Amino acid sequence: MARSAAPTRAKTQGRYPRRLAGLVVRYGTLFLLTAIFVAPLLWMLSTSLKPNFQTTQFPPHWIPREFSGEGFSTVTATSSDTPVLRWFVNSLIAATANTVLILITASMAAYALARMRFRGKNVLFAVIISTLFIPQFVFLIGNYLVVDTFGWLDTLLAVIVPGAAGAFGVFFLRQFFTSLPIELEEAALIDGANRYQIFLRIILPVSKAPLATLAVLSFLTNWNDFLWPVYVLFSAQNYTLPPGLAVLQGAYTTNYTIIMAGAMVASVPVLLIYLFAQKYIIQGVSRSGLKG
Amino acid sequence: MTTQTGARPDARPSAAKAPSGGRRKPTDASPLTPYIFMAPYLLLFLLFIVIPAVYGFWISLHNWDYLLPGKPFVGLENYLDLFRAESTISGPFWESMEATGKFTLYSVPLLVVIPLLVALMLNEKFPGRSFFRAVYFAPYVLGVAVIGVLWRYLLDPNVGLVNYYLGLLGIGNIPWITALPWAWISLVGVTVWWTLGFNAVIYLAGLQDIDPELYNAAKVDGANRWQRFLYITLPGLRPVLLFVITVTILASANMFGQAYIITQGAPGNETRTAIMYIAEEGLRQFNMGAAAAMSYVLALALLLISIANFAVFRYKED
Repeated sequence: MARSAAPTRAKTQGRYPRRLAGLVVRYGTLFLLTAIFVAPLLWMLSTSLKPNFQTTQFPPHWIPREFSGEGFSTVTATSSDTPVLRWFVNSLIAATANTVLILITASMAAYALARMRFRGKNVLFAVIISTLFIPQFVFLIGNYLVVDTFGWLDTLLAVIVPGAAGAFGVFFLRQFFTSLPIELEEAALIDGANRYQIFLRIILPVSKAPLATLAVLSFLTNWNDFLWPVYVLFSAQNYTLPPGLAVLQGAYTTNYTIIMAGAMVASVPVLLIYLFAQKYIIQGVSRSGLKG
Repeated sequence: MTTQTGARPDARPSAAKAPSGGRRKPTDASPLTPYIFMAPYLLLFLLFIVIPAVYGFWISLHNWDYLLPGKPFVGLENYLDLFRAESTISGPFWESMEATGKFTLYSVPLLVVIPLLVALMLNEKFPGRSFFRAVYFAPYVLGVAVIGVLWRYLLDPNVGLVNYYLGLLGIGNIPWITALPWAWISLVGVTVWWTLGFNAVIYLAGLQDIDPELYNAAKVDGANRWQRFLYITLPGLRPVLLFVITVTILASANMFGQAYIITQGAPGNETRTAIMYIAEEGLRQFNMGAAAAMSYVLALALLLISIANFAVFRYKED
């Protein structure tokens, strides 16, 4: 963009048009990028709402010429080989349960690691954190067999529980707990409160923002998880949305209305979450930047 | 990682100076309390991280077919097989490693540079800034399955929008999914589109940590924009840059969903990534011993790359 090697005096002369040009370039780029990011999503929406014969017509109609419930009525039909609505419910259950499990276990462990003294703490913390840098696929085969041992294959438990073992939540919350002023707890200790009371009545209430951030990130991660559910869930009734979408595409290859309707079912919840919890998501990512 | 932890060394001094001996001595004072707090997470950690990692290695030392009763110990055979040209596994495995390597090589530079440019643009104050940031990040919240089926349609050679609009520009039908190098361009392009915002947000946080005084001082000294970038921004971003490169290499080496849905490994098996091959071999063909061995070889390769990466950054620091 603007080369500004010129000395300051020359700069003041040409300032006005130059600034204008800079503005045009900047906003031009910004809006071009916006179009690149948003257009595919709008096309998904538009396709899901039109009759299928229109999805392959050119020139494309961004606003459907006629609207059709074909896509959504197919994916919401309960008696089908591709019960998208069922997958939606499964995804909702799995992501919610996984999130709750992470919030409980990670906050407790993080509190102990942040505030208590006990034998082996530093080693334990180092071991837990080091697993953040081990790629997930290392655990794939072993985890499959562990889950099989529990009889969890092809059940939602397989996509709820193992994912909660990730170290991110512990790392993230410990960082926050360590930053809290210790006076908060001291006063309560002097008043005779025990650790459990302090944790529940003092620490958790002041940690709403990081807990919300962790909750949203965990929910999104689980909702979007693809590889693991593809291999541990086998029957159509037990799929979550991501493996379901791959199956939907296989079943309806060129019926783009139906495929895009399915994709919408998987997207709208997370886009809504993003709309309302954007601050938490972006802060969570930028503060620690670690995700699986 | 290393970047943000130093931000808050507070809280301790005041506590340490508290005269009463009551510091950190909870009234219940049971030595078990910390372990009770740790227990639920440790149980998960043990069952789904420690045991799978160790168990996976143990399996890699066996001819472990899930469906067969006998699982004989074979020592390092599964590993050696990967390096024997005559074994049935080594050919497809190294082909898949090559695919992963190519994808990483093509995608990482783009995912390091483009998000940095976007972040630099968004780091200046102007109206609408947080709106644009939110929009650019948005695809990242969608899952790879959604991204996959959506782009499979957009990139369809015959009915996809991409070829339609390129056609208007006079560019002929491009086989985005079925031929090389187009399949790679598709997979890399889709991945950049999908995850650009994630890296940009991390860069932005890093940029905002750089002391604005440095820029003011440099301006006073007559440094131009490029010089300020070179001598203030880049050095200031060093830890963030290392983080982004490390995480992006890991993510790219983990690539699975895009290829699984968009190209299904096509044409031939050229875009079948290592993870795809490991998962198929281990969890569909149930040849788990070999698959586990492959995953450890891939992990080792990644470890070496990460070490090299850290070493380069350390070297630059001196």
